[in-house]
Order: sequence, then structure tokens, then C-alpha cells
Amino acid sequence: MSMMEWIVIIGGIAAMIWINWYFFLARQPVSNAGIDGEGVQEVAIVVEGGYHPAVVSVKRDRPVRFVFDRRERSGCSEEIVFPGFGVRKFLPAFRKTRLELAPAQTGNFEFTCGMSMLRGRLIVQD
Amino acid sequence: MPTTIPLMVREKRNLTGTAEYGTNAATTSEKVMIPVKGMTCAACQARVQRALQATPGVLDASVNLMLKNAAVTYDPMVTSPMVLVEAIHETGYGAELVAQDQSAFDEQEAQDRAQEEDYRELRHKALWSGSIGLLAMTLSMPLMGAAEADVHGPVADPFMRWVMESMTPTIRAVAPWLYTFTPWVLSYALTLLVMGWAGRHFYVRAWSAFRHHSADMNTLIAVGTGAAFLYSVLATVAPKFFLNRGVLPDLYYEAVVMIIALILTGNALEARAKRQTSAALRRLVELQPNTARVVRAGAEVDIPVNDVQSEEIVIVRPGERIPVDGAIISGTSAVDESMVTGESLPVEKQPGDRLIGGTINRTGAFRYRATTLGSDSVLAHIVKLMRDAQGSRAPIQRLADQVSGIFVPIVLSLAIATFVIWFVTADQAPAMRAFAAAVAVLIIACPCAMGLAVPTAVMVATGKGAEGGILIKGGESLQRAGQINTVVLDKTGTITEGRPTVTDVVPVLGTEWSETDLVRLVASIEASSEHPLAEAIVRYANEQSLPLATADSFQSVTGRGATGMVDGAALAVGNEALMADYAVDLTAVKEEVERLAGEGKTPMYIAINGKLAGLIAVADPIKPTSRDAVQRLNRLGLTVVMLTGDHQRTAEAIARKAGIDRVVAGVLPDGKVVEVRRRQQAGEVVAMVGDGINDAPALAQADVGFAIGTGTDIALEASDVTLMRNDLPGVVSAILLARRTMRTMKQNLVWAFVYNVVGIPVAAGILYPAFGILLSPILAGAAMAFSSVSVVTNSLRLRRARVA
Repeated sequence: MSMMEWIVIIGGIAAMIWINWYFFLARQPVSNAGIDGEGVQEVAIVVEGGYHPAVVSVKRDRPVRFVFDRRERSGCSEEIVFPGFGVRKFLPAFRKTRLELAPAQTGNFEFTCGMSMLRGRLIVQD
Repeated sequence: MPTTIPLMVREKRNLTGTAEYGTNAATTSEKVMIPVKGMTCAACQARVQRALQATPGVLDASVNLMLKNAAVTYDPMVTSPMVLVEAIHETGYGAELVAQDQSAFDEQEAQDRAQEEDYRELRHKALWSGSIGLLAMTLSMPLMGAAEADVHGPVADPFMRWVMESMTPTIRAVAPWLYTFTPWVLSYALTLLVMGWAGRHFYVRAWSAFRHHSADMNTLIAVGTGAAFLYSVLATVAPKFFLNRGVLPDLYYEAVVMIIALILTGNALEARAKRQTSAALRRLVELQPNTARVVRAGAEVDIPVNDVQSEEIVIVRPGERIPVDGAIISGTSAVDESMVTGESLPVEKQPGDRLIGGTINRTGAFRYRATTLGSDSVLAHIVKLMRDAQGSRAPIQRLADQVSGIFVPIVLSLAIATFVIWFVTADQAPAMRAFAAAVAVLIIACPCAMGLAVPTAVMVATGKGAEGGILIKGGESLQRAGQINTVVLDKTGTITEGRPTVTDVVPVLGTEWSETDLVRLVASIEASSEHPLAEAIVRYANEQSLPLATADSFQSVTGRGATGMVDGAALAVGNEALMADYAVDLTAVKEEVERLAGEGKTPMYIAINGKLAGLIAVADPIKPTSRDAVQRLNRLGLTVVMLTGDHQRTAEAIARKAGIDRVVAGVLPDGKVVEVRRRQQAGEVVAMVGDGINDAPALAQADVGFAIGTGTDIALEASDVTLMRNDLPGVVSAILLARRTMRTMKQNLVWAFVYNVVGIPVAAGILYPAFGILLSPILAGAAMAFSSVSVVTNSLRLRRARVA
């Protein structure tokens, strides 16, 4: 084994560990929904190569108004799907789109793009 | 006149997805959605709601502050939408009756436009980058065999090397000037152009996703091509760095351009195929005409369809499309409803009949009154139902979803492992091989095929279903419908016409009442009942022009019959159980009852003043299509069961006519749920088919509920599949379609998994030790580009599936 090979082996292992930590373990910040004057929970999400914020916490039994601001033309993010709510919505490029839900149960609900590649999580709490 | 639009499904979504049941909706109710302006708080909402609820004729009103609208169910005989708007005005809030936001239409149209633009842009970029790739390859020709003259080794990509070696003699003969300058500068510039323009979005999206701890297909492409490009730049500007370490400074410029060109080509093809998956939905959206001819101030005017108001008079001439839903006031015609209901023959329309916006008037001219508009119209409901269905997830997809969630980081790790293993083990050009294999792994991996496997099949299947008048609620319904092994059919209105007619009237021997007396008395009682059998008797009396008397103390006894007083006589009309309640002796007509029941007729006993006076028999003929549909269900290996409240003998006779050998007779309305549940507990996957009158709970209980043609709102809400046509062949088609779709989904998933499971190791070089096969990153790019296209194409084959 040459020095170079050792460097490559150690570098490779380190890179693999880092990738798995970064994508699977690094915590994503949870953002809480704001409440507007009518008692509706407001969540603003930027859609650009993913959902920002990707993890949103809301209260149960109160309507939630998502405002998706899609800042790209990629076909990947043109649809938002909430499988747990049976909702699918088209998000026009460079526009804000409203989507209203009424979560009646607590739990974690995923939302994804039309192809399940981009993901976010809705946490419904009491 | 029943004018309930069967597709006015109220959206009552909640997390559990269960429908809520009220009492069965009266068929003389209509619903309207009125936008309300000026509400700011819960008090406003309560005020408007109270005002509406206090309006005579309003059956139910619910005001939504968030959506700023009022959903009102009203009796059209008593009130009208105009009156409701007035009631809202009186509370001090604004309201107007205009065609509402056609969100489902608008959304679909916007999405179509976006997809079309997307496709054009991708195609444009793919063509340009492909051409530039070929140019870069041509420019690189001199590098072939120039290894000894130039510090750069031969082209690194094995596939490219083969292409170039084969073409060098020709190029040398045709363009010797190419060999007079160093081409890598141009290659570098062209590659930069393609990466920065055609492939720019890969890098932008990959970076954006990375910043938020997520990774997708763009990540793989960006890392693969980015690394190859940086390596080439380094080899270009500092070849000594590589040479001093015993590594050839390879160049991947053309490979990067070709990979980007191929992936863009794949994306363009995929975008085109994806557009085709929603073609059926687009055709439905296009059914909506742009203008309508209405009567305003006594004159006929053409106005945009969105300006048509509820209750307005619309005029339609032969050959024109019917602009909005409504009910005919005057004139008759035949209307082609095939695009909405799948019914191939034109439907005769008389005054009072319902019209569906978007259908085509064939022969006559008529005037009609607009009823439901905009997003409440039948067409808008179908579009919305389909859009929701196409966005739904099928359970079969769960594994694919879980895998695609972790796929990209795992592929990145595999690419690194590939690099390390090659670097350490290869005896020749380790860095070059390690690098080519790692890039090939990144490029060949295709999470998109997995993501597209199920949704594209669901989209095509729901579209195809809708074209045949079969509306499937979503992926889950589709999947369950593919697993059905028992079909439970409600008899009345499903197997039979649901329009019973009187066949026999038999006075008891020695009774003082004649046949005519019996009909007149029974019809007088039944005039107060809403039961279909009662309607048949009243119709029969009317046909004979018998004057009906006023009935007192009418009582309907569920599942038994009716009682009341007519002309001072106490009448009881109904089944054996009702007679038992009144201790009426039935022995005199026992044989007659057996005979009638044996002919598939429903005999009802008539007792007057506590004594049996006679029998009246009613039969509900089976639909002409029922028998053939049942035979086809049997041929599909399904157990077919008929449920009915009829007497066993009657039920068996009807079942015989329909070719059904399993009958459950004497079932009360709430017994249907019990029967469905009993079969489910025995391990059967049960489909329940009903017209929604009294069977909504059973439709909801079944694994798959089919609501047939004339269904009520509640039935539609409770069902998984709505059949726009009022007969059984749709059930056969839906099951066939579901089975075909399941097969397609499985093929797609297997292909997507196998492709990645085989492709990634091959790209990593697993075949090299045994066969010396190494995959070029360019071929990996081609494979990846076409793997997702093949999944979509396979789903599109469903369009040609024979399900009729």
C-alpha cells in the first residue's frame, strides 16, 4: 500500500461517514406556524430544490394555510403532494400558491413532490 | 322533479378519510356555493349562517370564514339561489352568484402550459448540447494517438476512445487542419458553455437541495459531471501534478457534454410522456365551451361561460356543445354524453331532464335553466376528482417511496466506495479507472424511475377510466379494486332497472273488494310513501285514471310496508312480517304467493280492517346488460352475490334471470353492511355495487365501493369508484382496468429496482474481473436517461388496454 492509497482509503471512509451524517442525521430545524388575525395558522414555504423550511409544526384542529413560493421552473417541484390528506396541488413557477388543510389528528405527515424525491414533514401537535 | 346533480360531492376531507353520513339526502335538494364578501371574524360567519338557516327552504347552510363562502343545501321548490343571495345582502355582507373559480380547470390548464414549456425548453437544450457534444468530440479527434506528442493521455472514456479511434482515419483525411492546433481549449470552452447554460439547473438545484440536507437526481448528475469536469480542468492546467504521481492527466470534457446532452434528452422524452399521461384529463378540460347563449332582457346574447349565472335561461342549437349544467325547460333533443359518461348512444332529453355542461347536443334545439356552475359543475367535479386521484398514492408505492428517500446519499457512498476499491486494486491506470467507474455509478443511478413507477400508471389508468365514465378515487382504490374476489350487488337499481311496475292484482276469493278497489285504496295509501314499490302502485293507478282518496294516519314501517286509513277502511300493505304484526291469516293466498315469487315478482299483501283482501305484485325488470356483465364477472373468477330485501323465492327468480347463483334475500337496509362485513371477516376482498339509496354505509364498509349512475351525493362520497353509466358493465371494466394497472405498476417497480440493482454494480465494475467489462460514463448517462422514459412509456401502454 502506497501513501497515496492510504490517503484515498481514509479520505473515502471519512467522506462516506460525513455524507450519511449530513443527509440522515443532521437535524433540520423545525419551524412553527404563525397565526393570522382570523386564527388560521400560516406557513410560508419556499420551493427551490427542496422545501424551506422542510419541517413545520402546527396545532391540531386549526386550519393551516400553506403559502408555497416556488422560485424555480424545475418540473420536479411542480406538484406538492400531501399523501395523508389526499391532496395534490400544482405549484406554478415563480408564483405563490395557497393550500389550506385542516389537520384533525396529531402525528407526523410527509409532504413530497410529485415524485417523492423532495420531502418535507408536517408535525401536528395538540 | 329530482334534480340532484349526482356528482356534487362535498369535499369532507379529514385525516382518516372517512365519510360522514347524514340521513339519506332528499332527492329534491340542490346545493349552491355562494362567495360571501366582507366577513372578518367568527361573529360575521355566525350571522350569515344564521340568516341563511332561517331562510325558508334552506335545509342546511354552512359558512366557511376561511374560504369566504357559504355552502347551502336548499329545496328548489321553495327557494332559489337568488333568494339566498338576497338573504346574505340583508345581513350587510356582499354576495353574488357568478360562475365560481374554476380552480380544477385553471389548475389543470396552468399545469399543462408549464409542462409544455418545460418540454420545449428541455428539447431545445438537449438538441443544442447534443450538437455541441458532437463538435467537441470531433475537435478532440487529434488527441487520439497524440499521447506521445501531447502530455495528455488518450481520451479517458472507454466508449469515447472506441468511437474516436474508429473515426480518426476519416477525420484525418477530411479535416487535416484539425490536427494543427491544441483542441482542449475549445473543448474546455464548449463544455463550460453546456454546463453553464443547458445543464445549469442541475447544479443550481443540487446546491439548493444540499443546503437543506436533501439530495435528489440533480445531486447525482451535478456531482458526477462536476467531478469529471474539475478533474479535466486540473489535468489541463497542471498535468505535471498527475504525471509526477504516476497518473495520466485524463480529459473528460466530451464525456461531460455528452452525459448532459443524454440526460436532457431523457428528461425531454420523459416530460413529453408525462404530458401524455394526463391527456385524458386535458381532453375533459377542453370540453368546456368558452361562450354560452343566454336570454337577457328578452334578447339572446352570447356571453363568456364564466359569466353565466345560476337560474339563467340558456339556449342550445343542434350540433352545439352544452355550456353549463342545467335542466331542460322547453324542447327535446338527443344529447351525446359519451365523453362524460362513456354512454356511446345519444341520450333522449325531455323537459325536466338534467344536462351536463360539456356534452354535445345532437338533434333538437332547446332552452334550459342553468343550475350548477363553475367548480360545482359535473365536469369540474370530474376534473377535480381525477386530479385528486392522480395525485394520490397507492400502497404498493410505499417501498419505492422509502427507498427513494435514502437512495441518493447511498449512491453517493457507493460511488466513493467504488473509487477507493478501484484506486487500491487496479494495476493499470488506477486513478483513471477509479474515476470513470465512480462517475458511471453516479450517472447510472436513477431514482426517478422508482418515483414515476406508480404515479404514472395511476394517472393513465384514472384517465382511461374517466373516458369510459369510470371515476376512480385514487391509487389506493385502484389497487384494492385489482384485488377484489367477491362482488356484492345490490338488486334494486343495480341489477334491475330500479323502476318497478305492477304486474298482478289478485283479490282474495270471496272478498268484497274488486281489483280496481284494491288498486285505488292501496295507491291512496302509498301516495304518501317514497318507496319505489309505492311509486309503482301510484303510477299504475294513475295510468288507469283511478281517482285517489285522501289517506289519514299514514305510517311507513321500515322494511315491512305501510298502513293508514282510506275511506274509513284501515289498510295495511306490506310483507309477511307486517301481516304478522296485525295477526292476518295468509293461508288463502299461499300458493298464489309462491307462484308470483317464483316468477321473480314481489307480492305484497293487502289487509283491510284486519282481514286479508288480496295481493298486489310488483316486478322490477333486470337491465338488459346485467346478465352478460355477471357472466363476465364470473369468468374473471369473482364470486358474485346478490343482496335484496325481497322474499327468498322472488330473489332467487331474479338471480336466475341475471345468472347469479348466490343470493342473500330478506336483507333490511342496515343488513347490507353486516353482510359485507361478514364476508370480509371470512377473508374475502369485497366490492359492493349500489346506487347509493340506502347503501352508502355498505359502500363505505366494502373494500371497494362502486356507486352506480343515479347515485346520491352520500353514495359518491362513500364510494371508491363512481360509474357515470347506470349499469353493470362499468364494474367489469373497472376491475379489468385495475388488474391491468396493478400489473403495470408491478412491472414498473420491478424494472426500476432491477435497473438500479443491476446497473449500479455494473457501472462500479463488478463485471471487470471476470469479463473485462467497464461501463463508460456516457453509456451510463444514456441508460439513466432512458430508464425513466421506459417506465412512463410502459404506463402509457395502459391507454390501449382492452377493458370493455
